[in-house]
Amino acid sequence: MDEMLREYLPILVFLAIAIGLGLVLILAAVVVAVRNPDPEKISAYECGFNAFDDARMKFDVRFYLVSILFIIFDLEIAFLFPWAVAFKDVSMVGFWSMMVFLGVLTAGFAYEWKKGALEWE
Amino acid sequence: MIQADLNIILPEIILSVYAMLALIGAVYTSQDKAAAMLTYLTAIVFALVAFWIAGAGQATNIAFNGMFIDDGFSRFAKVTILLSAAAVLVMSQDYMSRRGLLKFEYPILIALAVVGMMVMVSAGDLMSLYMGLELQSLALYVVASFRRDSVKSTEAGMKYFVLGALSSGLLLYGASLIYGFAGTTTFSGIIDAAGHGPAPIGLLIGLVLVISGLAFKISAVPFHMWTPDVYEGSPTPVTAFFATAPKVAALALFARVMHDAFGHNVGDWQQVIALLSVLSMFLGAIAAIGQTNIKRLMAYSSIAHMGFAMMGLAAGTAYGVQSMLVYVAIYVTMNIGTFAFIMSMEKDGQPVTDISALNMLSKTEPTKAIAMLVLLFSLAGVPPMVGFFGKLYVLRAAFDAGLVWLAILGVIASVIGAYYYLRLVYFMYFGEDQDDALDRRSAPLLTSVLVASAIIMVVGVVNLFGIEGAAQMAAATLVN
Repeated sequence: MDEMLREYLPILVFLAIAIGLGLVLILAAVVVAVRNPDPEKISAYECGFNAFDDARMKFDVRFYLVSILFIIFDLEIAFLFPWAVAFKDVSMVGFWSMMVFLGVLTAGFAYEWKKGALEWE
Repeated sequence: MIQADLNIILPEIILSVYAMLALIGAVYTSQDKAAAMLTYLTAIVFALVAFWIAGAGQATNIAFNGMFIDDGFSRFAKVTILLSAAAVLVMSQDYMSRRGLLKFEYPILIALAVVGMMVMVSAGDLMSLYMGLELQSLALYVVASFRRDSVKSTEAGMKYFVLGALSSGLLLYGASLIYGFAGTTTFSGIIDAAGHGPAPIGLLIGLVLVISGLAFKISAVPFHMWTPDVYEGSPTPVTAFFATAPKVAALALFARVMHDAFGHNVGDWQQVIALLSVLSMFLGAIAAIGQTNIKRLMAYSSIAHMGFAMMGLAAGTAYGVQSMLVYVAIYVTMNIGTFAFIMSMEKDGQPVTDISALNMLSKTEPTKAIAMLVLLFSLAGVPPMVGFFGKLYVLRAAFDAGLVWLAILGVIASVIGAYYYLRLVYFMYFGEDQDDALDRRSAPLLTSVLVASAIIMVVGVVNLFGIEGAAQMAAATLVN
């Protein structure tokens, strides 16, 4: 029983640190921070838009472009992470498969860069 | 081990690497100025790969533990896909560049879609099936909305995307059920789990959902509603592409899943496919009557033709698959010619798609009119054109498999459908005279494709250019 509980000790430590750090940060903000509220500061933050407004409004298509490009490279992590965790067990084939995958992504990245998709103006 | 696997998928690897190199090469050098050259180059690459695959021998090779199957069936489908895609690319260059639509991404997206289709027809596993299908679909969504400043084109892309995503969802749900009940995603494993006779209920539900998803892709009724809008809104060369290669790929994939994964449960899927077939034939034939836009008309025509192709599949026999392959090869040839004609329809330099523009075409352009007449007769299935023999083939397959009612309904639908094809012929030869006739622009390439397609429809009756034998061998490798 003790043996098993000891295996979970790191998680307990992690939880304690996470809760502690969270509390410290929040309390520090309460105690230390300078408070000077105005309506803009205390309104809900919604990516630069009014939080309560008509849903059918025009906004810049560049927001879409940036967020889609971000998601593509964000998803790549979803593949990289399990690969990295199991790195000891994947064979050379597994290693090179991931390198090919990254190469394909890089080709796409080079294309979007040259196309100017990353430039705001 | 991995070396052997990679050798088997070498055609796909080469095409994908070609697409990526072309993308990077074009974006870093001359951008859209290279688009015309790239279009022809891609067509040449397609043709070369097609000849390479056609000459690859008879062997059945299996790669990646059954995920990828390279057999006679997939080779037949791949050659059809590659050659029709090459023909569409060659035809589209002039049309697209005259309207400022020829971006260098166009041939590359087509190349990626073709890679997806090649994976689809070779899929031996639910995962490679889905991967190929999505690669194909994503590229097609983009080309559908290629005319970005046109409301109709963007609407076409959007509709195609939303409904395509829905159908992918259906298919994935079915695939997950099949995996849950069979315990494996490979077709060879599923066929063992399904056993002979009626399949277990869980597999059956999964099977029906997968059929629904695939029926979306070949626009079979009742999953057809996107087809007319997408065909109408997309630029005409893209419509020509939609009507040819993706249909071959989706039908081949359909046959692959039915026979490789559920080949011992023919009774379970036969009625479903027969029903889809009947509905498609009748809706395609009846709804096309009221159309005045030739692209919408061709959309309903393709729905009806898919109904006939599925009749071959519904037979559930090797002869049925053979007839389906012959039918779809003939269908693609006819459609390429017909779309070459549609692309050449212009008034004052602007493309027109209204069928009243065809009035008295026989006076102004007798060659094009007679070629179109042959193609329309062939599409309608009037003997002695090749299209008739395609229909005869599938009807015989259905008849031999004991689906007499299906064959009879097919004949009735074919007679109804003949009306709207013949109406176009009527316009061309006996219509009213009009002042603003179509431009008499010389487009040698489109005219020669049109005439070549028409000649094939007449000369092909001799021996169908030998595709019968190839289709028979292809079907024999799938059904055993």
